[in-house]
Amino acid sequence: MDVNLLRVLVTTVSFILFVGIVVWAWRKRNTTEFKEAANLPFNED
Amino acid sequence: MQYSNTQATTYNDTVVRQFSIMAVVWGVVGMLVGVIIAAQLVWPELNFGLPWTSFGRLRPLHTNAVIFAFGGCTLFATSYYVVQRTCHVSLFYSKLASFTFWGWQAVIVAAAISLPLGYTTGKEYAELEWPIDILIALVWISYAIVFFGTIGTRKVKHIYVANWFFGAFILAVALLHIVNSAEMPVGFMKSYSAYAGVQDAMVQWWYGHNAVGFFLTAGFLGIMYYFVPKQAERPVYSYSLSIVHFWALIFTYMWAGPHHLHYTALPDWTQSLGMVFSLILLAPSWGGMINGMMTMSGAWHKLRTDPILRFLIVSLSFYGMSTFEGPMMAIKTVNSLSHYTDWTVGHVHSGALGWVGLVSMGALYYLVPRLFGKKQMHSMQAIELHFWLATVGIVLYIAALWIAGVMEGLMWRAINADGTLAYTFVESVKAKQPYYMIRLLGGVLYLSGMVIMLWNVLKTATNCKPALASIPPVAAHT
Repeated sequence: MDVNLLRVLVTTVSFILFVGIVVWAWRKRNTTEFKEAANLPFNED
Repeated sequence: MQYSNTQATTYNDTVVRQFSIMAVVWGVVGMLVGVIIAAQLVWPELNFGLPWTSFGRLRPLHTNAVIFAFGGCTLFATSYYVVQRTCHVSLFYSKLASFTFWGWQAVIVAAAISLPLGYTTGKEYAELEWPIDILIALVWISYAIVFFGTIGTRKVKHIYVANWFFGAFILAVALLHIVNSAEMPVGFMKSYSAYAGVQDAMVQWWYGHNAVGFFLTAGFLGIMYYFVPKQAERPVYSYSLSIVHFWALIFTYMWAGPHHLHYTALPDWTQSLGMVFSLILLAPSWGGMINGMMTMSGAWHKLRTDPILRFLIVSLSFYGMSTFEGPMMAIKTVNSLSHYTDWTVGHVHSGALGWVGLVSMGALYYLVPRLFGKKQMHSMQAIELHFWLATVGIVLYIAALWIAGVMEGLMWRAINADGTLAYTFVESVKAKQPYYMIRLLGGVLYLSGMVIMLWNVLKTATNCKPALASIPPVAAHT
């Protein structure tokens, strides 16, 4: 396999992965869970 | 499997206390060396004609002391504190945590002895010779075991965002240090790099820029994501944003290094790639800054009365400022003016003194009274005074070096009608002297703030009964 093909693949997959993360992070379904997570530092005492 | 740390009912704060105190001590030492070399630039005779006190040997001592001793101890202290509090479990393998403390102090002492003696690999921010490099690698791997072991044995389902940043910092620094320090020893305290020519330069600045990105950025963002919400008493503005800007930083930072090698033997396309990734970096950097700043919305009035919160928030504005300036300076045409001038030094210090320094001080002022069983620091007025000395010091420092750097760059490129250089090099040095004096004054102010902090911390830490902080029972946080 040509090494350039591998390079193109890694870049493309990384980009798609990142777009996926963005979509996932702002999905309505996750917001309640994130709200709980954001309050984690306050659950210690 | 049962790990002993999951049975403990109290947090391990001993190692946090040790690192916190040493962070302040090394802060004073590192900044003092900085002030000395700033004075040497104004009055070169201050090197006393001795090799051990010459600028070339003291400068790496300064950078290593402030980055790895002051910054490093702060990161160890805060990450150990935060990972326990947000995982509701004591540190994984206490003895190894203790080894990271003593090992790291040994690295610092070895650096403080070997650098003035002239032992150096010549690689910026990676000057330490191979025996010390091995010790660093051992300490760092132990750090990773303690940190990720604590995460792995956590009693809370979610891994809080601060731990993501600390984790990325620990992993990336291990990778960077081990790859860039690949060298062939040719004797005790002498080695040659495993790479040659332009590859060596590229590996070095891949390391150098990511040391900024992961040591001085990701690690301190971890601090920001815990201590800003705690001190402001409100959760972080947008958890979604924190996830997105974390991954954006991870995906882009690794490729920005070539901007340190504009107009060198590095292939042109590599330089352009580095420039583009540096420009993209503005977005994730500002994502972090905005997230920290907006955490204050509805609580801005607290800044008026709370000097610790002011340290944290002003650090974010310097972070925003220097992460705007950085991408601009990475543009090749801008870089052709700024490179090798004092503008670069000013830029680094707006990030180092403004962002890294102030956020560390804010976090340490939060930590110290809690670690030593006190309600608050010995003197709140002293924190107030420290804040103003530091802020005025930074502004004087960076404004002086902006002017000096741009002036110097313009003098170097000025040519006469016949194509000869308009100025000799020494003329540009002479023109900078008044600005070097202002920079020295800024440095003295910043250092005096740090000395006040040391006094305040020692006053708080003595005559105390550090209470063992107990871990909340599992039922309380399901």
